[in-house]
Amino acid sequence: MLIKKPSDIPSSEITSKSTFLSRRQFIAGAAITGAAVASGLYMRRSGWHLEETASAGAKIAGIVKSQYSTTEKPNSFQDITNYNNYYEFSTDKYEPAKLAGNFRMRPWTVSIEGLVQKPKKLDIDTILKLAPQEERIYRHRCVEGWSMVIPWVGFPLSALIKQVEPLGKAKFVAFETVYAPDQMPNQHSSVLPWPYVEGLRMDEAMHPLTILATGLYDEVLPSVDGGPLRLVVPWKYGYKNIKAIVKIKFVESMPPTTWSIQWPQAYPFYSNVSPIEDHALRSQTYERRIGEFQKRPTLLLNGYADQVASLYSGMDLHRNF
Amino acid sequence: MRPPAEKLIRALKAAVFLLCLGPAARLVWKGFHNDLGANPIDVITRATGQWTLIFLLITLGITPLRKILQMPWLIRFRRMVGLFAFTYGSLHLMTWLWLDKFFDPHEMWTDIIKRRFITAGLTAWLLMMPLALTSTKGWIRRMGGKRWQLLHRLIYVSAAAGVFHFMWLVKADLRRPLTYGAILSVLLFFRIINWLAGKMVTKPSARAVGDLS
Repeated sequence: MLIKKPSDIPSSEITSKSTFLSRRQFIAGAAITGAAVASGLYMRRSGWHLEETASAGAKIAGIVKSQYSTTEKPNSFQDITNYNNYYEFSTDKYEPAKLAGNFRMRPWTVSIEGLVQKPKKLDIDTILKLAPQEERIYRHRCVEGWSMVIPWVGFPLSALIKQVEPLGKAKFVAFETVYAPDQMPNQHSSVLPWPYVEGLRMDEAMHPLTILATGLYDEVLPSVDGGPLRLVVPWKYGYKNIKAIVKIKFVESMPPTTWSIQWPQAYPFYSNVSPIEDHALRSQTYERRIGEFQKRPTLLLNGYADQVASLYSGMDLHRNF
Repeated sequence: MRPPAEKLIRALKAAVFLLCLGPAARLVWKGFHNDLGANPIDVITRATGQWTLIFLLITLGITPLRKILQMPWLIRFRRMVGLFAFTYGSLHLMTWLWLDKFFDPHEMWTDIIKRRFITAGLTAWLLMMPLALTSTKGWIRRMGGKRWQLLHRLIYVSAAAGVFHFMWLVKADLRRPLTYGAILSVLLFFRIINWLAGKMVTKPSARAVGDLS
């Protein structure tokens, strides 16, 4: 397969930190000008306070650069680790940072099973040595309409798949998150069916852009972002990137995925990023990059069309599927 | 029970006014201290929306409260809280018009016709607008108490539309919208019971303005 180098965004389009900070202050104030009278009487649970990141993780040594990285400016470690969806902890995007701190990432075993020659139960530390750890700076697009640029560290999922030698009839890969309600408080709720499950078609799983992430910036992947091991498929909406993986199973038919069980029209199996106007949840034509004020147009396949559009020949990419 | 002195009521009104400004002031303060998190616009949108619903429910709670507690003077706070519901609702609408859609008519229109939570939210605000406009004493006089009452029952529909707006926009976690829905149901149920009870004891024509709500 011929993989083209991703097209880059000119540096002129990247907002400097000082500009976006002042803009943040401006919009936050301007949006509510009419009510600028301060009242000291009012107190409430400080739900929106930023917390320090759970624990400064260990550094990963020997990270190699990758041709698949974008040159766009990554979002800060602070933003990436304090604003995300992780429904096992909370349905609020600021809460997982406060709740995931004590999540135990060792010992950790991943069971690789199903239609394979060599099923394995691999310890996370073995998995970390399967392939060189690469820096993969990817665009990340949430179906809610926000996006980030995230410097993941990880390795191609294909490296793991080759270890277990899938059988010819294995057409899909199913993933499963750990079920640990004692550590993940929201697994006590029935907001979603637990454990979280996701899936990819075999060719999507084997694609060189598809990685298992093990780190963020140069640190071990924090629990809040799905540590110790999560999937990253940059041309799909964020919820496809299943976190805290404990099971990878090779199957013949399309596996169920958590959000498509919840609302199939809004979160179908493929869930490729596409500027679809009549997406069931919200218009996907624009997105707000975290830290920016103006919205930017959403790109077909999140800007990875050159590399992955061929996977979907015959499918209408401007429809939601 | 004797009503509190006029002076005390005025002081209380000032205090409630400041209290109602609290949520907005908090957002402004946090905004200027860069403390609204990674996605400030999202926080502002959610906060203004939540407070619109909360103020609507408080407005609807005043009548049951004054009847249960037999404190008729509580009615004097209703207009103010109602207007705060409209103010927060308008700020909330602005976040959509400006910060989400950047006044792009095509984007707004497709949102309105394609997404029921937007349709419901806009309906809730549109129904509040005539109530805010006719909230003055002058308008009560001009319209006549009965017609004014009738118009202002739109708040029931507006609040219900607001709850549906919230319920339809969440992705999976219905706990909060359902809580608001439950509170609204209780508040509306009180009115039905009260109306039925009133029907049995008094003639409707004998009622004073402000007593029906």
